[in-house]
Amino acid sequence: MALELYVHIPFCIKKCGYCDFVSAPAGRGQQDAYMEALRWEICRRAENFRRRDGILEPESVVSVFFGGGTPSVAEASQIEKTMSCIRREFVVAEDAEITLEANPGTLTPEKLSCYRRAGINRLSIGLQSANDKELELLGRIHTFAEFKESYRLAREAGFKNINVDIMAALPGQTVESFTQGLWAVMGLSPAPEHISVYSLIIEEGTPFFSKYHRQAAAREAGGKDCSPLPSEEAERAMYEETGRFLETYGYGRYEISNYARPGFSCKHNIGYWTGIPYLGFGISAASYTGRKRFSNTPVMEEYLQAAGGADFKTIQKEEETVTKTRAMEEFMFLGLRMARGVSEKEFEKRFGRKMKDVYGEILKGMERKGLMGQRFSEREKGIFWYLTGRGIDVSNYVLAEFLL
Amino acid sequence: MAADQSKIRNFCIIAHIDHGKSTLADRIIEKTGLLTSREMQAQVLDNMELERERGITIKSQAVRTIYKARDGEEYQFNLIDTPGHVDFNYEVSRSLAACDGAVLVVDAAQGIEAQTMANVYLALDHDLEVFPVVNKIDLPSAEPQRVIDEIEDVIGIEAQDAPQISAKAGINIEEVLEQIVTKLPAPKGDPDAPLQALIFDSVYDSYKGVIVFCRVKEGTVKKGMKLRFMATGAEFETVEVGYFGAGQFIPCDELSAGMVGYLTASIKNVRDTRVGDTVTDGDNPCAAPLPGYKKVTSMVYCGLYPADGAKYNDLREALEKLQLNDASLQFEPETSVALGFGFRCGFLGLLHLEIIQERLEREYNLDLVTTAPGVVYKVHKTNGEIMELTNPSNLPDPSEIEYMEEPVVKAEIMVTTEFIGAIMGLCQERRGVYIGTEYMEDTRALLRYELPLNEIIYDFFDALKSRSRGYASFDYELKGYERSELVKLDILINKEAVDALSFIVHTDTAYERGRKMCEKLKEEIPRHLFEIPIQAAIGNRIIARETVKAMRKDVLAKCYGGDISRKRKLLEKQKEGKKRMRQVGNVEIPQKAFMSVLKLDDK
Repeated sequence: MALELYVHIPFCIKKCGYCDFVSAPAGRGQQDAYMEALRWEICRRAENFRRRDGILEPESVVSVFFGGGTPSVAEASQIEKTMSCIRREFVVAEDAEITLEANPGTLTPEKLSCYRRAGINRLSIGLQSANDKELELLGRIHTFAEFKESYRLAREAGFKNINVDIMAALPGQTVESFTQGLWAVMGLSPAPEHISVYSLIIEEGTPFFSKYHRQAAAREAGGKDCSPLPSEEAERAMYEETGRFLETYGYGRYEISNYARPGFSCKHNIGYWTGIPYLGFGISAASYTGRKRFSNTPVMEEYLQAAGGADFKTIQKEEETVTKTRAMEEFMFLGLRMARGVSEKEFEKRFGRKMKDVYGEILKGMERKGLMGQRFSEREKGIFWYLTGRGIDVSNYVLAEFLL
Repeated sequence: MAADQSKIRNFCIIAHIDHGKSTLADRIIEKTGLLTSREMQAQVLDNMELERERGITIKSQAVRTIYKARDGEEYQFNLIDTPGHVDFNYEVSRSLAACDGAVLVVDAAQGIEAQTMANVYLALDHDLEVFPVVNKIDLPSAEPQRVIDEIEDVIGIEAQDAPQISAKAGINIEEVLEQIVTKLPAPKGDPDAPLQALIFDSVYDSYKGVIVFCRVKEGTVKKGMKLRFMATGAEFETVEVGYFGAGQFIPCDELSAGMVGYLTASIKNVRDTRVGDTVTDGDNPCAAPLPGYKKVTSMVYCGLYPADGAKYNDLREALEKLQLNDASLQFEPETSVALGFGFRCGFLGLLHLEIIQERLEREYNLDLVTTAPGVVYKVHKTNGEIMELTNPSNLPDPSEIEYMEEPVVKAEIMVTTEFIGAIMGLCQERRGVYIGTEYMEDTRALLRYELPLNEIIYDFFDALKSRSRGYASFDYELKGYERSELVKLDILINKEAVDALSFIVHTDTAYERGRKMCEKLKEEIPRHLFEIPIQAAIGNRIIARETVKAMRKDVLAKCYGGDISRKRKLLEKQKEGKKRMRQVGNVEIPQKAFMSVLKLDDK
């Protein structure tokens, strides 16, 4: 059975104004201590895995993802050591997808070649915007020129699978200025294999929240749009434009926010949406064993204190048992994020019940409202249900219906 | 053993709200030695949890204590607590009728307030002896001498030797006890005359049945005696008589003229024992009942619906149980297209409504949807019929209506002179008719207005407080019915009239109300996939409109490994929110929207 691994590197050079991830700048000492603790956790969890199932062999690791924070802030040798540790403790498949998130301005040829040595074969670079003013406003540490330089170095180092993150709905952004950003990215040579486009979400607890939430609230209440944040209409237009634009460049939208050239969809993320078990290492990292979901403490001190001890379970929080009902719900609300949708056959195979018996009414109702559609897949010889464009726009409304 | 009448004092404490009535009652109970300090809960008399939290007395209660006076004699004090809110005016009057004297508590800082006046007049109407007590003398802002002068000037009762006390700090309580003995009269009445006892309250007990609180005016009541309730004609055999300990019932052999106590007679229904009724001996009845009895009528009506339709029977049972103790609570089943099965309930006033609603939610764990409260209108139909309208949905077609009448109250508002303009403005807005002004002293005045009841049941009290920075006080009594230009305002959501949102309103304020209502509903109703017009209409005429725009987007951009549990919670919340909505046509309306009419004046 397949298994995915996630490694959280909670460091960055400077916290961005919109960021609500568990990350912060940290000194070298703390970074080293943390990376040491990470490897302790990897060993403990692998041991637990072996003890539980007797053997590890069938659990072949199909993907590894270094996320953050900014994993490229950490010393490359630490990443390399961590990868060796993973290979020692788990069985990593030959063709595993191994991704590392990086920020422009933190990459050097030395680091990049070290990553290659460690077996990392995919980079995800946080560009966010091709407009230097917007980058500054977001609190990013780099310019578009610096991004281009990092991108060139990555290609030179031999990375053949690169994702670029882009943000939409930034303050002051228009559909035109946003599209210009996409143009600029398409001008890279060769263009990225994968593009993720996210709307800026003003999350509670971030500096952006205090700055923008009052304006957002005024907007929600239907007052006139006094905020520099684009309207919902403009934001939707950016999404639609992204799809149209990237399609002409050979990218398919395979999930609400993700676009890829054929063969370059992110395996790791697809795993999340199709119910493949994963283990998360590091603070705030989430795991799914197929039976349970839980996540680690977000508190650095707690994590470091536990490290070295025998029991890693003390760092686990918010455990949730995934019952069959919950698994069915997840199958739907996660699977429907993907353009291909959810397979009736797969549902029946996994749960022993027909999707129509469980969700027939809802599926029909959503189809009637034009929010969902069904298509027959020749290859899989079965029906797939998917969200329409309008269905994606209001996907929370649709997906909530699939809770039993 | 017959009690010596001259050693009995039946009295109550009257005061404006928050002037310290309940605290003084506690001190009296404490000082008379019936309870030790340790046994005292903060306020012994207010034994309902809700009463303590709200700081008001809902149901009148009584307690008997023994006081050893300076003259060396032991006196029996029957302290009868009275409700402190205008909603319960009738109960106040019956409690007063059970007393021979009253202690008037006035706040040393605030002086006389509207309810002080109303209560004193009520007490004097019942021929009670009244002596004043100046409370809260320990406050930095206390001006006891000014208040004493005010009592003499405004009320016209002797106040120079009024005890100056602090009930809270326990200062000078002895003096109050002495004056109860010396200034208040002992009861009269002949223990051998035919029984004549006044019911001033009752509670339902699941073992004993209804426990009737009464004051024996004439004759004697004992166990085994046949009783007749004169207003209802019901007859029962006495099972037990007794008096009130603190928080408990203490049985005794008999209650004779002048005594206050309780009786039980296996009475199943509190409706047989109406407050104000006279109990007499079934075999030797008195010639006439005591004066002053009247049947209480509901002043305010609203619809109460269970939030979860399946809880309808639970709601009915809860209302039945509450009614056992509260004869003034009325209810009958009704159905609403929007809200399903529920009850139209009648209350003495808005506070009474709120208390019942809170008790249903708290003690019976029910989630309720309440429709806008309204008053009872009289509809004079063209065919000569007169209809009492408690539910706006039942208003006949305009072509069948000759004219309508609405209840009007006489209101007295006490206010410091600087706010007279603001308060007069408020009364004007509420269709008040100015009657007159009486100046109490240089700085304060009593405004008299006649106001339609439906203008004061929602938020008049709050508006009064906010426009006078808390200084105005208010009291009212029903004057009667007056002809008025009234219309039914309907609310249409997505072109469908929602019955539970209809209300009766005066023609002049219909537009304003309709507009505010639409604005409020626009805030309350979440966006749907389609646009939703919200309209206010009188008959076929639309007078206001708002639109809930269609939902453009509701999407979570990112959902990776760490987001899944969070995503589930978000979806669950969304689904849960939906459950709490009422489906009207295609539109889901949150339950709280039905109550939004109550808060139209929030600014």
